Amino acid sequence: MAAQQNLLEKKQSVNRPFKLFDFLYKYGTIITIFLLVIVFTAANPAFIDGSNIVNILRSISIVTIIAIGVTISLSVNGFDLSVGSTASVANAIVISMFVWYSQNLFTALAAGMAAALAVGLLNSALIVKMKIPDMLTTLAMMFIIQGVALTYTKGATITQNMIMPDGSYATGTISPAFAKIGQVPWIILIMIVIVIVVHIFLNYTKHGRYMYMIGGNAEAARLSGIPVNKYKMLAYLLSALCAGVGGTVLAARVMTAEINAGAPYLMDSVAAAFIGLSVLGAGKPNAFGTFIGAVLIGLLQNGLVMMSVPYYAMDIVKGAVLVFALGLTYYRQK
Amino acid sequence: MIEMRNISIDFPGVAALKNVHFQIEKGKIQALIGANGAGKSTLMKVLSGAYDHYRGDIYFNQNKVDIRTPKKAKELGIQMVYQEVDTALVGNLTVGENIMLEQMVHQMGKRQWINWKTVHKEAANILADLKVDIPTNRLIQELTLAEKQMVVIARAISNQCKCLILDEPTAPLSQNETDELFRLIRLLKEKGVAIIFISHRLPELFEICEAITVMRNGEIVMAEKTEITSPKSVIEHMLGKSLGEQYPLRKPEIGRTVLETVAFSDGDIVKNLSIHMRKGEIVGLAGLVGAGKTEICKALFGAAPKYSGEIIIRGKKEKFQSPADAVHAGVALVPEERRKEGLVVSESVAVNLSVSVLKRLSKIFGLIQFQDEKREANDLINRLNIKTPSPDTKAESLSGGNQQKVVIGKWLAGESEIYIFDEPTKGVDVGAKREIFQLIADLAAQGKSVLYASSELSDILGMTDRVYVIYDGKVVKELETASTNEQELLYYSTGGK
Repeated sequence: MAAQQNLLEKKQSVNRPFKLFDFLYKYGTIITIFLLVIVFTAANPAFIDGSNIVNILRSISIVTIIAIGVTISLSVNGFDLSVGSTASVANAIVISMFVWYSQNLFTALAAGMAAALAVGLLNSALIVKMKIPDMLTTLAMMFIIQGVALTYTKGATITQNMIMPDGSYATGTISPAFAKIGQVPWIILIMIVIVIVVHIFLNYTKHGRYMYMIGGNAEAARLSGIPVNKYKMLAYLLSALCAGVGGTVLAARVMTAEINAGAPYLMDSVAAAFIGLSVLGAGKPNAFGTFIGAVLIGLLQNGLVMMSVPYYAMDIVKGAVLVFALGLTYYRQK
Repeated sequence: MIEMRNISIDFPGVAALKNVHFQIEKGKIQALIGANGAGKSTLMKVLSGAYDHYRGDIYFNQNKVDIRTPKKAKELGIQMVYQEVDTALVGNLTVGENIMLEQMVHQMGKRQWINWKTVHKEAANILADLKVDIPTNRLIQELTLAEKQMVVIARAISNQCKCLILDEPTAPLSQNETDELFRLIRLLKEKGVAIIFISHRLPELFEICEAITVMRNGEIVMAEKTEITSPKSVIEHMLGKSLGEQYPLRKPEIGRTVLETVAFSDGDIVKNLSIHMRKGEIVGLAGLVGAGKTEICKALFGAAPKYSGEIIIRGKKEKFQSPADAVHAGVALVPEERRKEGLVVSESVAVNLSVSVLKRLSKIFGLIQFQDEKREANDLINRLNIKTPSPDTKAESLSGGNQQKVVIGKWLAGESEIYIFDEPTKGVDVGAKREIFQLIADLAAQGKSVLYASSELSDILGMTDRVYVIYDGKVVKELETASTNEQELLYYSTGGK
C-alpha cells in the first residue's frame, strides 16, 4: 500500500499543472535582467559594451558585499538594519587610520574590521541576551553607530591633506596598495570571492544548514540540539563583517570618508537580498540570489542613468523594485 | 440537513477526496474518523468553504448550494472549530469581545460606536445559555485551553450556527474538561444543531455520537449507526485490515542506572523531582494534561530556562545549559508539539532527519557529504516506513504520523542512549501508532533507556516497565506497571493519596 501511495503521489507531482506564478517566481528576476539588457541596449548600444559591463559590476560590488551580510542575517530569520552605518564606521576608521594616524595598510584594515565586529558583537548580545527583536535592535544600533561615526569624524569629511581642528594639515597618506582594492579588477574579484564563499558556507556546510534550520523554526532547531544562540551570534558577526568589508572597499574606492557614506547602501542591499529570495525558486535567503538581485538593481541604475533619468529619481525606482520583490515573497507565502 | 454528493478534490502530493458522499441530520451528532491523511480534514474544509476547486455538489435542506468561500459557509450557519483554538481568538481582548467578534465586525452597519454594556451582556447571555461560567471581562490569554474552546464554541453559536464541526476538540483536554465539553455538545444537539465530531478517541465517539463515518485514503469506507457497530469494526475499517495486538511484546532486560535526578526543579512547575532510568527500561510518566509532564521532559533535556538540583548520567554529574549539552550527553527528546518544536517544516525530510548527525556527515570546514546524507535519510525512511514521495519532499506535506516518524528518526541516526518521548502518539492514527510503539520497544531492546510521557493511561500500561505518576509537577507515586491498572493510575493522577 505504501508503494502504491508513493507512486500515486509521484504521479500527481508530475501531472502538476503549469503555474505561471510559480514560473515567474523562479525565473522572473533572471528574465527581467535579460529584458532590461535588451531594452537598454536598444535605447543605447553602448550599454552592452564590455567597459560598461565592467562598470556595472564595479558599481554593484559594494552593494553586493553588504547585501551578502544582510542575507546571512536573514538566513537565521533575523534582519540587520545596521549594515549601512557599520559600513560608514569601517570607512571612517580605515581612512582615519591612514590620514590621521599614518598607520600602515595592515593596521588600518584590522582596525576597520575590529570596529565592524564590535558592532556585530553588540548587536548579537542585545538580540541573544536581552531578547530585543532583531529589527528593533539593529534599527536602534543603526542610529547609534551612525552617531558614533559622526562623532568620530567630528562631522567632517576625512581626506588626505585635510585641515585638522587645530589648523594644521593632516600628514598621513593613504597606501597605494589600499587604493588598488577599490579598482578593477580587485573590487570585482573581492565581491565574487565573497559571494562564492558565502554561498558554499550557507548551502554546503553544516553551519549554513544549522542557520537555515534556525531561520525555519528556531524552537525545533533548539530542541534538535543546535546551539541557536551561538549561531545567531555568528550570523550577526558575519553580517557586520561583510558590512565592514563593504565599508573598507568603499573607502578604497572613494579614498575619503564622507559622513554617513555607507547609509545609502542599506536600502540597495536589503532590496538585493529580498530579490534574491526568489531567484531559481530558492525560497530562502541565498548568496547567489542576492548577487542576482544586486545585478538587477545595478543594471536598472546604470541603464536609467544612460537614459538620462535624473539621479534624484533613482530612489523611486529602487524602492519600487524592493516593494515588488517583497510583494513576490509575501504573496507567495500566502 | 446537509448532503455532500460526489465530492472530489485533487492536490499534488496529498491524499485527495474521491467521490465522497457525506450527510448530516439536524440535531444529530455525527462522528468522522480516519487515519491521518485519510481526508477527513479536507472534507470538512470543503464543507466550511476553505477550498474552491472541488468537484461535486453540496445540498443544504435539499437546496443545492455553492460553498466556495468561508463567508458563504458561515452565511449558511456552518461553523468549524479547529483544533488550534488560539488561532481563532484574539489573546489580548476579553472573552466578551471575542464572542461578539463577528457581530462587532460585520453587523455594525453605519454605527461607529461600540456599546460595551450590550456586548458584554449579549456575550454573557450566550455563555449563560450554554451554562458556561466564564466572566466576560477576562482576557483570553488568562484562560485555560478548555475555557478557550468553550469561548470559540460560544462564538460559533452566537452566529445562528446550524452545523458545528469540531476538529479533535478533546485531544488536549483532561477528563473533567472533556465531560464538560460533552455536556455542551449535548445541549447544542437539543437545540437542533447538527454536529460533526472528529476524534481519534474511540470510546468518546461511542459515548456521544449517533452515527460514525470512517474514511480511508480519501474515501468513505464505512457509515453506520453507532449502536450497530463496534470499536473493533471501526478500527478495522480505519486500518483496512483486522486489528492485531496493539502493543508490541517485550522481554525487558534491565541493566544499570543510566540517568538519575536528585531534588530536580525548574523553579516553576517541576518540583523536587527524583527519578531514575535504567538501561533497557521504558519508564512511564503518567499524569493528566497539565500535570507537568512536558515541563519535566523539557527540563531533563536542558530546555527549561533554569533548573536546580542534579542530573546524573552514567554516574557523572551533568550541567545542561541548553539542549545542545543534553544531546552531547546522549539525551534525545521527541517533543509534544511536533510541528512547532520537532520539525523545520519548510525544510526537506532528509534535512530534518540528518540534523542530529550533521557533525558526523560533514568533513573539513563542515562541508556536508550530500551522498552520505541522502543514503542515511533513505535508510531511515525505509526503516521507519515513512510515507514520503522522496527524501527531498518538504516535511510540511507529510501527514501527522509520518511527521512524527521523522522527528523520531532524527534521533535514531545519532548515538543517543536516553530517549524522552512526550506524547509521541498524540494526533497519530492507529496504524502509525502501532509502528511508533514498535520503534520504542526496539529502542529499549537495543539497551537504550526510554522515558515515555503520556496522558493515555492505556498506552502507559501497554508500553512501560515502571511508572511515575505526576500530579502538579511532582512525582506522587512510583508503580511497577505489571502490578497496576488504569484505575490505580487515574486515582493517583487526579491527586489521590
